[in-house]
Amino acid sequence: MFFRRLLIERVDLMATGTEILKMRRITKNFLGVRALHNVDFTLRSGEIHALMGENGAGKSTLIKVLTGAEEFETGEIWIEGKDHPIINRSPKEAQQNGISTVYQEINLCPNLSVGENIMLGREPKRLGAIDWKTMNKKAKEALQALEIDIDVTLKLDHYSIAIQQMVAIARAVDISSRVLILDEPTSSLTENEVNKLFSIMRKVRERGLGIIFVTHFLEQVYEVCDRITVLRNGELVGEYEIENLPRVKLVASMLGKDFDDLSEVKREKTVTNGDAREKIIEADGLGREGRIKPFDLEVCRGDVVGLSGLLGSGRSELARAIFCADKPDKGELKVKGKKFNAHTPLDSLKAGMAFLPENRKEEGIIADLSVRENIVIALQARHGMFKLLSKKEQEEFTDRFIDLLNIKTADRETPLKQLSGGNQQKVILARWLLTNPDFMILDEPTRGIDVGTKAEIQRLVIELADQGKAVIFISSEIEEMLRTCSRMVIMRDQEKVGELSDDDITQENIMKAIAGGQAV
Amino acid sequence: MSKTKSGSPQTDSVKALRQIKEKILGRNFLLFVTIVLFIAMYIGGLIAFKDKNFGNLQVFLNLLISNAGLIITSVGMTMVLIVAGIDISVGSVIAVTCMMLAAMMENANIGAVPAMLIVLVFGFVFGAAQGFLIAYLKIQPFIVTLAGMFFARGLTAVISLKMITITNETFLSIAQYKMYLPFGATVNRKGVLVYPYIYPTVVAALVIVALVFIILRYTKFGRSVYAVGGNEQSALLMGLNVRRTKFIVYIINGVLATLGGIAFCLNTTGAFVELAKGFEMDAIASTVIGGTPLTGGVGNVFGTLFGVLIKATIETFVSFQGNLSSWWSKIIIASLLAFFIILQTLLTMRKRQDSQ
Repeated sequence: MFFRRLLIERVDLMATGTEILKMRRITKNFLGVRALHNVDFTLRSGEIHALMGENGAGKSTLIKVLTGAEEFETGEIWIEGKDHPIINRSPKEAQQNGISTVYQEINLCPNLSVGENIMLGREPKRLGAIDWKTMNKKAKEALQALEIDIDVTLKLDHYSIAIQQMVAIARAVDISSRVLILDEPTSSLTENEVNKLFSIMRKVRERGLGIIFVTHFLEQVYEVCDRITVLRNGELVGEYEIENLPRVKLVASMLGKDFDDLSEVKREKTVTNGDAREKIIEADGLGREGRIKPFDLEVCRGDVVGLSGLLGSGRSELARAIFCADKPDKGELKVKGKKFNAHTPLDSLKAGMAFLPENRKEEGIIADLSVRENIVIALQARHGMFKLLSKKEQEEFTDRFIDLLNIKTADRETPLKQLSGGNQQKVILARWLLTNPDFMILDEPTRGIDVGTKAEIQRLVIELADQGKAVIFISSEIEEMLRTCSRMVIMRDQEKVGELSDDDITQENIMKAIAGGQAV
Repeated sequence: MSKTKSGSPQTDSVKALRQIKEKILGRNFLLFVTIVLFIAMYIGGLIAFKDKNFGNLQVFLNLLISNAGLIITSVGMTMVLIVAGIDISVGSVIAVTCMMLAAMMENANIGAVPAMLIVLVFGFVFGAAQGFLIAYLKIQPFIVTLAGMFFARGLTAVISLKMITITNETFLSIAQYKMYLPFGATVNRKGVLVYPYIYPTVVAALVIVALVFIILRYTKFGRSVYAVGGNEQSALLMGLNVRRTKFIVYIINGVLATLGGIAFCLNTTGAFVELAKGFEMDAIASTVIGGTPLTGGVGNVFGTLFGVLIKATIETFVSFQGNLSSWWSKIIIASLLAFFIILQTLLTMRKRQDSQ
């Protein structure tokens, strides 16, 4: 039924859907690093077009280039109705060219009324003064065209994020743009709100606009989109019509695997310490509204549990819920068999947990402090601020870890910012190892570091597990996960959807599980 | 999700009530509190000082007369705070305004009207300079206007270290020109019928309040001021000229500060270096009490008018009471200020909870 309807719609679109936006051979470098290379993108009128890709794929760069937030080096952008390529130097210019964007963090003014937010810059006037009555009427009409019925005289921040987003869409559509970009609009919405947003998106599509939909949620792509463009490592992987691209193939193309030819990588060593291993972490229905759906998880001594899933699937969110970096609002957590009720990450720290966040630049390193200070800071926090570690102890600890982890630094007093990315990461690792945790969460510990150091860190993780620590390991690279993990938790759309262990951990199984649903 | 699903008549009336409540709480709650507070204080004054003629219309008008300069300055400050800026130079600007007026009229024999025009031009240039640094070079407004504060105070001292008393006849005739109201007459002790009066400065202040109200509510520029103060990044993305908006706000503020200075000078009819010290803080306090938070995007000049009136009423209380040191009015104003800041914070917190 569904597919039939889709097919009929498609046929109609084929007839009417003219190309309204063409990006051709777009290339862009950031400080010598290639962000986009010869990327083509085509948007037709009356279609919802998903733009997908993992970290570093180049989607956000492509959007920024299109909206004028970034410049591009070579390539052309054509928009329907202009006989020459356009260059958007600012978001305002992009708007004038009919390209509007609704960002996840809504770019409206919360202190103004809904009506003003829709009409700002285009206020109707009477006798030289703003005509509030007409303005509110026009705003109301713009919203009603999308079947949104709210009081436009109330302030925007009176309404939920979902409504605010819809107001932003109404504004964009009302400025009569041709191209509407929705950048991760559903990340913080509830299911009902998402459905409402989709119905609005379909209405916008009916009016002949083209929508570029950037999202991480596979289900949503298959629910609402007509076409998918996949990017990887700054290059175009392909443009597909949705019915010609089964989920598994989509996942494979995003991760850069040819699904028919998956080479097998295996962990060299499997942990077999018997069944009586101590359970370090037991999560029972743990979850946080809007971030991660309730999940159960057990992690024992000697385990390296991998969290596998696409970007935004809830990998980091799961880890953060356990560590209480984002306090869970449902379920319970047991640590070493005892019920554990943390309020802050410090509680988790004191219970023997450690967490290396994904974004080490923002949440991990303190760039201006020395290697020594960066290493001892967590232990110091655990001791409390008034029981200072002696200078001698600090130096001893630092030297031991510089040695143990092979950290390449001129001196233990060198500011951390002078170290390479890989060595910075080792310093953070040392910081947590020093607290002698029983349980460690490593969120993308190897991102952006060189291959040699990557292998070192992978080996270190396995060693830690062998010493009886429990580890949760998160990485976007499937091979790395296969080499390191003894068990694999599969995440999709903010939910834990399955677990694989032992011989079931293969690339094929993981991808099928990530793709989920009907693996065509 | 949306609260406008209509139901039975009963829920409709509940809905209507809620809407009214939302409108008061959501949009003008702070203004509402300010006005209620002022009325309550005034009624309190009527009861406490009924044997001292507190109810006399002239007492109320005196609030306006002695604070016309503060009203004008605070209106400018309101715009600056709405655009999420601050200006701590206005006290010094008023001092230099008075000193320039006095020096020009007394030492240079310049007429009263040309002298006033010259200081207004000075205010324009001063505001434009500060505005340029803040809007186009993106320097912190606090630092820019701190420099402006030192500069203007220094300039005052350079013009004259001595106190100058103004004797210019035109100027004094404006200062003493009583505009009698056609109503509210009372019989004084000698049995003569006296009509209440105001000075031209009061008219100027009220005109400025009305004018700026209209600008803020009914012009694109005025709405841009709110948009920029609410979220600068969004305003930019919505195609507003953020820098120009800020620039113009500081120019208007500069002109209003000197206009406030002229009104101030008409009250004092003299100038000295230490004049109007801390006046900028009075302006900020009155504006905040009037419901304009320092965080930007919110505010109303009528609130500011009432903010000044509240401050003036407290001072009148203290002087009517007779035994208290005049510094008590500072303590009361401090408590009120704390009250309003806490109220604003609670309101913001409640709103955040609602939207989650």
